Amino acid sequence: MTLFYLIAAYLTSGLIFVNRKRSLNYALVIFFAILQWSFTVYSCYHHKSTELWYFTADSLGLLLLITLSIISIPAFYHSYLYIKRHDETPQSRSIYFASMLTLITSITAAYLANHIAVVWIFAELTTLSASALIYHHRNKLALEGTWKYVFICAISITFVFIGILFLSLSLQHAGSDDLSFTNLMANSENLNPFWLRLAFLFIFTGFTAKLGLVPMYTAGIDAKDTAPAPAAALLSSVLMNMGFVAIFRFYAVISHTGLHSWANFIILIAAMLSIFVATVYMTKMMNIKRMFAYSSIEHMGLVMVGLAMGGVGYYAAILHIILHSFVKSSMFFQFTQLYRVFQSKSIYHVGNYFKYNPAGAIVLLVGFISATAMPPSGLFVSEFLIFRAMFEANYIVLLILVLLMLTIIIWAFGKNIFKILFTPPVGFNESKVPVISPWESLSQFILLGFAFWLGLNPPRIFTELINDAITILPL
Amino acid sequence: MINLLLIVFIISLLYLSIANRLGTYIKILSFQGFILFGVTYLQLQEINPWNLGVIMLETIVFKAIAVPYFLSYLLKRNHITKEAEPYLPNFLSLVIVTFIIVITILLANSIKDTHLDKIFFVVALSTLFVGLYIIATRRKIITHVMGYLIIENGVFVLSLAVGNEMPMLVNLGIMLDIFASVLILGVFLNKIGDVFKDVSVDQLNKLKDY
Repeated sequence: MTLFYLIAAYLTSGLIFVNRKRSLNYALVIFFAILQWSFTVYSCYHHKSTELWYFTADSLGLLLLITLSIISIPAFYHSYLYIKRHDETPQSRSIYFASMLTLITSITAAYLANHIAVVWIFAELTTLSASALIYHHRNKLALEGTWKYVFICAISITFVFIGILFLSLSLQHAGSDDLSFTNLMANSENLNPFWLRLAFLFIFTGFTAKLGLVPMYTAGIDAKDTAPAPAAALLSSVLMNMGFVAIFRFYAVISHTGLHSWANFIILIAAMLSIFVATVYMTKMMNIKRMFAYSSIEHMGLVMVGLAMGGVGYYAAILHIILHSFVKSSMFFQFTQLYRVFQSKSIYHVGNYFKYNPAGAIVLLVGFISATAMPPSGLFVSEFLIFRAMFEANYIVLLILVLLMLTIIIWAFGKNIFKILFTPPVGFNESKVPVISPWESLSQFILLGFAFWLGLNPPRIFTELINDAITILPL
Repeated sequence: MINLLLIVFIISLLYLSIANRLGTYIKILSFQGFILFGVTYLQLQEINPWNLGVIMLETIVFKAIAVPYFLSYLLKRNHITKEAEPYLPNFLSLVIVTFIIVITILLANSIKDTHLDKIFFVVALSTLFVGLYIIATRRKIITHVMGYLIIENGVFVLSLAVGNEMPMLVNLGIMLDIFASVLILGVFLNKIGDVFKDVSVDQLNKLKDY
């Protein structure tokens, strides 16, 4: 089935690319959505079975795969609306959908891959397809964003490759040459620590470009700014999860060696710096999309803090990353409607959104409550668990620091969101505002609803899957 | 023989640091491709001959011929000025590159590992750092691309060092190569030169956090 899925998905994407007819394009997209969902359901029924040597539907992969498939449906819907309303040419439409399909397929494969080299290959493919999405508008800004994204991702992909080479040197000391995660885990006692240290540094640094942490986070910010908002929703949720999967699986190997506390230290530095960077930029940010992107950086920092703390932090990290995907993608989907009203990305030119699109304004408000993890939201639960893990691990000073920075972020984020929602913009011509159907916001309400439901009252199978995913980590 | 080729490879890095013209950069890249072709043949004797053939074909086609040819085509088509325009004077570049090489040799000597051929490690690491140095100190986008290609050559050398035990990793290195070529072709064939008339990184400043 995995082979069939990969072939069929890439073939569909190729067909969309060569075929420029609108009805056929959309028919193929619908076919792909059905394919994606049937593969997801199939993987659920084949939990923990390995297919095609390199793909195992383990708990973490499965959780994120379901998240991806849920988000992909509104992504297609909003892309359809977006493409329809912008200067659509057959060429730009087919390239857009072909690269979106390739992106989703590659992310799916990277989630399920059980071999570090296979993860690497699909990470390369996501860079290629994402850059086509970023370049969608074909103007100077898009080109600049694409170039920066491509270059930084190319460097980080190279870093990951160097890391894999060092890892293979480390593995030779264990007398084995199979780089699959299970084999690495089995040989974790005998890995050479010197090479393993270098391997971790390089692989971690490389995948931060996808995950969105210091040092390589810059690529993602420009990409989300210039990509069309439905594509940016994918980039800032499911693509970041791919970076997390890659780092998490390798971290699980490290955590069984003597380097566990050292790796925690490295992760903690990167995570704290990311939260700091997000705080600094959020206070000055005037571009709405970049503001959302920096908020993602902050959340990824929190996730990695949770991972580094251990204990309940492992659970919180995975819960947080799933909830964050739903919240952030819904906010990016909402951005397309916001942009239709105001025709601007800048907070200066935006305001009083409640008057023009009440349903969308509620989405932004609820999204804001979730993204800042205020009490009724689902992310409050996961963030609270992360703080608890920090408290239990005796990182009180760091905890206070994080809380301070998050307070500043809440202030900065709130200031901007309330400006968008309530303060009337200066010199705004109301006569051209289009009527926006509230039904367009429905998908975002559903996504936000998922974030609330899974955070506050998670179904048993969900918590079991998360608990199963973290059994590979030591307590 | 391998050692000789690798030392020539390092010397080409020194030459790169004082090269003035972009044409010279391209020639050095192509030359490095030919050296890697030879090293591949001498080093990977133990692997499957078909696989070796594919790897060698890739090094000669992509590294030595196609990418350098394409780069020089870009130079001509976009009327890019022939100067490399470094931020630092050439003499200083030479000193820094020499310094990088000395440091990597010292670093490699401190590693006690029987599994690794040290000369490969030295060459790979110094090529990596020189590539990063070239990227950091040159102004044009195209020199950034060349710096990236140099980094990639270094990574390829490193993958050759473990190639006999794990041929799969060399194949992955080749995938990286093809991936990079696709990116360069993709971005540049989409007329980056037409949009940015004078292709300099100083112009890539529109996306900012204000």
